[in-house]
Amino acid sequence: MKTLQEIQQIRDAMHPELELRTEGSKEANSKYEKHVLICAGTGCTSSASLTIAEKLEEELAKNELTDKIQVIRTGCFGLCALGPIMIVYPEGTFYSRISAKDVTKIVEEHLINGNPVKELLYDETVTEDGIKSLNETSFYKKQHRVALRNCGVINPENIDEYIGKDGYQALAKVIQEMTPEEVIQTILDSGLRGRGGGGFPTGMKWKLARTIVPDADQKYVCCNADEGDPGAFMDRSVLEGDPHVVLEAMAIAGYAIGATQGYIYVRAEYPIAVERLKIAINQAREYGVLGKNIFGSDFSFDIDLRLGAGAFVCGEETALMTSIEGNRGEPRPRPPFPAEKGLYQKPTILNNVETYANVPQIILNGAEWFAGMGTEKSKGSKVFALGGKIKNTGLVEVPMGTTLREVIEEIGGGIPNGKKFKAAQTGGPSGGCISPENYDVPIDYDNLIAIGSMMGSGGLIVMDEDNCMVDIAKFFLEFTVDESCGKCTPCRIGTKRMYEMLDKITKGQATLEDLDKLEELCYYIKANSLCGLGQTAPNPVLSTLKNFRNEYEAHVLAKKCPAGVCKDLMMFNIIPDKCVGCGLCAKNCPVHAITQGDYIAPGKKRAAFVIDTAKCIKCGVCMGNCRPNAITKG
Amino acid sequence: MATKTTVPFNGTAEQEEKLHAIIAEHKGDPGALMPVLQQAQDIYGYLPIEVQKIISDEMEIPLEKIYGVVTFYAQFSLYPKGKYNISVCLGTACYVKGSGDIYDKLQEILGIGDGECTPDGKFSLEACRCIGACGLAPVLTVNEDVYGRLTTKDIKKVLDKYE
Repeated sequence: MKTLQEIQQIRDAMHPELELRTEGSKEANSKYEKHVLICAGTGCTSSASLTIAEKLEEELAKNELTDKIQVIRTGCFGLCALGPIMIVYPEGTFYSRISAKDVTKIVEEHLINGNPVKELLYDETVTEDGIKSLNETSFYKKQHRVALRNCGVINPENIDEYIGKDGYQALAKVIQEMTPEEVIQTILDSGLRGRGGGGFPTGMKWKLARTIVPDADQKYVCCNADEGDPGAFMDRSVLEGDPHVVLEAMAIAGYAIGATQGYIYVRAEYPIAVERLKIAINQAREYGVLGKNIFGSDFSFDIDLRLGAGAFVCGEETALMTSIEGNRGEPRPRPPFPAEKGLYQKPTILNNVETYANVPQIILNGAEWFAGMGTEKSKGSKVFALGGKIKNTGLVEVPMGTTLREVIEEIGGGIPNGKKFKAAQTGGPSGGCISPENYDVPIDYDNLIAIGSMMGSGGLIVMDEDNCMVDIAKFFLEFTVDESCGKCTPCRIGTKRMYEMLDKITKGQATLEDLDKLEELCYYIKANSLCGLGQTAPNPVLSTLKNFRNEYEAHVLAKKCPAGVCKDLMMFNIIPDKCVGCGLCAKNCPVHAITQGDYIAPGKKRAAFVIDTAKCIKCGVCMGNCRPNAITKG
Repeated sequence: MATKTTVPFNGTAEQEEKLHAIIAEHKGDPGALMPVLQQAQDIYGYLPIEVQKIISDEMEIPLEKIYGVVTFYAQFSLYPKGKYNISVCLGTACYVKGSGDIYDKLQEILGIGDGECTPDGKFSLEACRCIGACGLAPVLTVNEDVYGRLTTKDIKKVLDKYE
């Protein structure tokens, strides 16, 4: 148990240590000369960053440097494409894609002799005049970090580091200086909207939960960390990199609505996040920032974890609460809304991880500071998980109103292999595909809905000309069919029928009439499903039908898949004039569908090979083996 | 979806003792069923009907409710998994980078389908939705090991490590 004064002493003591982690810092009061930060998020640990950290500590011990150089395992830096990542402060040198065998070299040349190992640095930071600042690289330059401010900066398993970054000061402020009404008003004024996808004003939710049942004996604060959208990992990174921010914000929410108990519903598939949350909760209880009579006030608040078990529908608020209660995670009709009757029939608020991650900063810096960022109706910044056909896959946070072009071309580094941008998918299985015409639309909640997609939780998957949009729509429907809980008919049967229609289209068996039927069914499912899952399930189809209708028509009318993805519509051909007659294709064909013909192209010595399309199983092995690129598909 | 192989239940007394302890710890808590099932699966590796019956009797929850919960969530399995469980990410970021082909290739090599286990009990195969390592797409996991930036050519090498 610590008093507020003791917490502030910890903050002051940690300050020089954290200050050292700014580029070119002249901090002299730190206990260490250097800090080496290694990413211990899911992305980098998957490529063995923890072995690198161990090896580094070993080498430092060998060279008697452990009291001069500290190794810190942080959360995600964001640039997952370059993992495993290591940053050395105060210089701010950025090592990318390193392995355990590079460690000795870095220790000897850089940490002992002071010469950064240039060939292991992120190449964009190496210029003719020396080494460029990380913050000047295109990936970081345009970012503005609010929710992610501590990710990749602090050790998430040490509460003192969070406190050093003004952690739990916002909680102290609300308890000592603000009434619950003032807290709610601040959140309302900030314009913060739910970052989980829907975009409902957060302050409004809190206000309803505070006022709608005035004499409630128990209320709950829940956190939705069941990040089920495939391709989205924002919440996971916040939980792994800065778990205390979520605990602090939930306590603030508890104070605002009058709740004493919180639950975090987190995916069991995120073992590192679960582990760090457990550590964080224990540390917070030990320091007394969770538990009874926080900071000596009469406000008490505690948090427990509940693990999800792999059901996408549990991201829907009523389903999530049913699941916490220990049932099948099926949604129920609303109203009554959770603010009135939520978990165990008590008034409950449910916010997403990223939403909470903004709250302490809003309390400390004021509503106006937050409202000063973003667009008219969407304030603040948004975290996106960039994935798919993009150079810099990873996590970015940009002010609302940034255009897709800026995110993909400038921050994301564009599309690899010289391919052309075809679509960006946002909102996961509930969202849509944005076409190149909308490349310059400022991204915010309302604009995305206007162009047929939605913000969703922030997954942003980039697709290039090799992706077939009908196939993508089918992919999402397969997902929804799997994940539909089965409670309501439009979703359970409707999505299955949609999937079957899409399957027919990708096999070249559909007619134009089927496209109209498909569209009609989409609107029916949207209008009649019980919960958000069904109501948004048709979005991937509707948006691709609208933006890429020509591709659907090519499948239906010409029986062709322009991107060469749909196997039933694909044909492999050998261009006789390019074929050198080496026979590698025939040798590797698993079904012996390729034979040598009679035609010898001008300038070539041997006769060209020919594919028997009736025998061909379209596996593509021949194409992968052809050196003169004489084989085409389409 | 699940395997049709019938492996007889062979839980040990030690496992059952652990299960009793877990049930005793959670009994009476609101919403205790999910944590109990999750920890029971950690003990046995899956949730056969015998285990569900023990939970039902001791927690006084009807078996049909427990069965309903077990079959609702993807994490719970009614059938045992292989010694090495291969999980291929079919999340969007991996899918657009070709994880579908990798999944097909594995089915072809192992001769088993989604949720199935090879007859020798060595490998089981499943598709999963996003483990959040999108920077490494396409990704698969074998038990706890993660393999990223794969092509279909790498599959054989990965499997060979588990010979």
